[in-house]
Amino acid sequence: MMHTDTAPPGTAAPVYFVTDEEGHHSEGSTMLGFWLYLMSDCLIFATLFATYGVLGRNYAAGPSQKDLFDLSGIAVNTAMLLFSSITYGFAMLEMDKDNRRGTQMWLAITGLFGIAFVALEIREFVHLFHEGAPPWRSAFLSSFYTLVGTHGLHVSFGILWLGTLMVQVRQHGLIAANRRRLMCLSMFWHFLDLVWIGVFTVVYLIGVLE
Amino acid sequence: MSADTAHAHGSHDHVHTEGGHGSVKAYVTGFVLSVILTVIPFWLVMGNTLDNSLVTTLVILVLGGVQMVVHIVYFLHMSTKSEGGWTFMALIFTITLVAIMLSGSVWVMYHMNRNMMPMSGHDMTNQMR
Repeated sequence: MMHTDTAPPGTAAPVYFVTDEEGHHSEGSTMLGFWLYLMSDCLIFATLFATYGVLGRNYAAGPSQKDLFDLSGIAVNTAMLLFSSITYGFAMLEMDKDNRRGTQMWLAITGLFGIAFVALEIREFVHLFHEGAPPWRSAFLSSFYTLVGTHGLHVSFGILWLGTLMVQVRQHGLIAANRRRLMCLSMFWHFLDLVWIGVFTVVYLIGVLE
Repeated sequence: MSADTAHAHGSHDHVHTEGGHGSVKAYVTGFVLSVILTVIPFWLVMGNTLDNSLVTTLVILVLGGVQMVVHIVYFLHMSTKSEGGWTFMALIFTITLVAIMLSGSVWVMYHMNRNMMPMSGHDMTNQMR
């Protein structure tokens, strides 16, 4: 396929670098670069988890996890994010099939699940404020809001990104650049779901336990 | 690759490799596993199924870890070979850092807390609840 210095007109430009046998490098180094970004993001969350792990039981005579958290609400939240993960997967599969309408539809559904997640989280935070548990109440609450809020902010920006890409796809179709962007957002979105597993396990479930 | 096939895919200059973004089956498998691995810990905690909270904590942590692996494999399509192995290397490196950061912080601060002055009675009563 490569090493043709005299490429006939109309064929692809000659490749002057060594490629793997598999040749799955259609996205260039963008995917690797984006993965490295996600890993650095992972370190941000790790520091916040560590902070919560250290401060999570320092209540300053304020309310504890058991007084505040409503697990059934968190279960609904978790379901929203999990559904959005699989619907985004379906959007990617439709993209592979060159089905623009299908891609847009699944992206819209994903966005709705994401919005539902963020809305439920904001509702939970408002509820906590009314319960007398704002971030400045205790070290536990400071670390709680920082960790969960950072995740929620990530999801919010993911929704913004998703909306932007839906406009891009509508205007330009499933061109190579849009495919690359959708794949980056796919990784971002699934990564946020992964972080949420840590949040509901460590913060909510284990928090309520002891 | 002949010119004909290249033309047929001319709308987008992409090489479509099978399973690049997984399949319906892979996504559904991952989803079902995820649901199971989410429901069990919620059931354990909300139903107070195991009396021992230490055992419950450990079980939940293990299930959470397994679910993370499920997500990485079925949703993020990570394998040891993707991007020539570099993403896997980065992942292993990150997991190592995260493990050191988490266990180190909790371990050090726990011992520091124990060696500090005792808390005021006001805080103590709350801790014992």
